[in-house]
Amino acid sequence: MEKRVTFKGWLLPLCLVLPQLLVSAVFFFYPAIQAVWQSLFIPDPFGLTSQFVGLENFQYLLSDKYYLASFFTTATFSILVTLVSMVPALFLAVMADRLLKGAATYRTLLIWPYAVAPAIAGVLWLFMFNTRVGIVSWYLGKLGYDWNHVLNGPEAMGLVVVASSWGRISYNFLFFFAALQAVPKSVIEAAAIDGARFWKRFFTIVLPLLSPTTFFLLVVNVVYSFFETFGVIHTITSGGPQQTTTILVYKVYSDGFVGQDLGSSAAQSVILLFLVGLLTILQFKYFEKRVHY
Amino acid sequence: MATVELIDVRKSFSGTEVIHGIDAQIEDGEFIVIVGPSGCGKSTLLRLVAGLETISQGEVHINGSRVNDLEPMDRDIAMVFQNYALYPHMSVRQNMAYSLKIAGVSRPEINKKVEEAAELLELQDYLNRKPKQLSGGQRQRVAMGRAIVREPSVFLFDEPLSNLDAKLRVQMRLEIKELQTRLGITSLYVTHDQVEAMTMADRMIVMNEGVAEQIGTPLEVYQKPHTLFAAQFIGSPSMNAFDATVKGGEAVLESGVRIRCNCSFEGEAVIGLRPEHLIADENGPLRVNIHLAEPLGANTLLHGRLSQSRDPVIVSMAGVHSALGTEQNMRVSISPDNVHVFDKATSQRVASLKA
Ligand SMILES: Nc1ncnc2c1ncn2[C@@H]1O[C@H](COP(=O)(O)OP(=O)(O)OP(=O)(O)O)[C@@H](O)[C@H]1O
Ligand SMILES: [Mg+2]
Repeated sequence: MEKRVTFKGWLLPLCLVLPQLLVSAVFFFYPAIQAVWQSLFIPDPFGLTSQFVGLENFQYLLSDKYYLASFFTTATFSILVTLVSMVPALFLAVMADRLLKGAATYRTLLIWPYAVAPAIAGVLWLFMFNTRVGIVSWYLGKLGYDWNHVLNGPEAMGLVVVASSWGRISYNFLFFFAALQAVPKSVIEAAAIDGARFWKRFFTIVLPLLSPTTFFLLVVNVVYSFFETFGVIHTITSGGPQQTTTILVYKVYSDGFVGQDLGSSAAQSVILLFLVGLLTILQFKYFEKRVHY
Repeated sequence: MATVELIDVRKSFSGTEVIHGIDAQIEDGEFIVIVGPSGCGKSTLLRLVAGLETISQGEVHINGSRVNDLEPMDRDIAMVFQNYALYPHMSVRQNMAYSLKIAGVSRPEINKKVEEAAELLELQDYLNRKPKQLSGGQRQRVAMGRAIVREPSVFLFDEPLSNLDAKLRVQMRLEIKELQTRLGITSLYVTHDQVEAMTMADRMIVMNEGVAEQIGTPLEVYQKPHTLFAAQFIGSPSMNAFDATVKGGEAVLESGVRIRCNCSFEGEAVIGLRPEHLIADENGPLRVNIHLAEPLGANTLLHGRLSQSRDPVIVSMAGVHSALGTEQNMRVSISPDNVHVFDKATSQRVASLKA
């Protein structure tokens, strides 16, 4: 049974949604419109006048091999972040779900990383992997592995992925854990009687029943990896080496604020906007059929 | 096809014992009903047999071999849960096929078995539906189907009908019993409903607070209840019980009323009189002050108190008695053979003279 609240007039409901609308207007619609507007211009080097160029900014971007490389980087990065933040979270949640004693302590400990701000998390990881004083890189060195994410692209990517995913594991864990607790015990028992052992039960019963949660987390984590990882990348690699960790958002920043190419930067934001919209629609369309609400 | 044997089975949850040593021998093909009030340990006992709980002490044997350490899937049992526990994301067909698929049965064989079960349970038209698109009774049938396709040695049912309405319950009760008779699969059936127990059981285990009070056929339990608890739990309405002193084949109630009984026992006792055994009799020893008459159609229940002691008493009389009503007095008597006598100290039945 769906519960609905009905209002008599329109004033109260309007007042109730107004704050949200205002926030959206000021922080979302206004900048978005501005970005679209700006993407059609090229400002002069001193930023005093700007010249209307139509879609030239976009044309230029789509033929820029660095920009296209950034697409690939972003795809790699967000797939990795989503995997690295969701798979261990699910694994930990399954383990916590089986645990009866001490589950509360375990849960609390697992939630802590989420309380650490991304930039600080970035610094923490940077410290551990610092090529000269980092404790992890020192141990790796002792094992004969020469860690250097400042020069090595894949290592840099690995580091930003881990640093970005680390805090998210907590967040995802919470959702997975709650969802696991909601799976009726008798359904699991029925499967056990039907002959399914632990992993069989996990893949044929538990995982499908978790699919609404998994789907939700998938969307949230992809969006996270697109936008909220800026702080981590900025502190650890600043997009380097040789742009190997320059994801689209970071490129918007570095072209716009560092390179001062505001027209291109605005055009990139617009593309990003469409991309995320498209991705979300795709995810809903594709997955909704396979998700059991 | 299998026998089930419980040998001094005990179960403790974190130090508290809730099943206090149960012994039972269940024959091949028998329908055993475990009946008792809420919290007496029926489900726990069933789950011990299923392997969903570990046995703290004692042994469970299925078909002569000890299964204590076997996983549920290795015990060759099937279970029907109270909430059905269907797999919500699978169709009816997939629900029923799940165990066969895991067992590696071939596809045509699976289809054949599922369709046979569906036909038996009249589920053919629903095979492609999801559980949430079914009514309670249909879900119940799917749960049965899931158990049947596996052709297990033992069926376990945990209050499978308690979520259904009264009419459907009666219908499903018959269907389950018929099905079990036809398939001949040894079954353990848990319920707190004594009517279900009486109608379905070949033999019943009457449980109370983790103890088996009596194991026997419904009629044995009704006619010769071993304990006061079994006497009062089985039979509807519940048996009347009065404290009495028994001596020389006569029970003397506290109020001084004398009732003849067939009993060699002497001493403090509780006597049990079934409402349906009390007969209206102008010279009867018991005077009943009626304050409520419940006409049930086939019979009438008279609720009242003994005039002599104010103890509550229920009399069940065949037919309609519209003349009997509030604040009327009547006298009743009972045949000495129908007076059940229980030792007050132990609540155990004491032998009658004849037996
Ligand atoms: N997992 C458990 N942990 C601790 N105590 C339990 C557990 N399961 C059952 N008990 C206790 O064991 C006793 C018997 O429970 P059980 O579920 O077997 O009762 P039941 O006869 O099936 O009752 P009902 O008719 O209400 O289902 C109860 O006192 C219950 O509190
Ligand atoms: Mg129960």
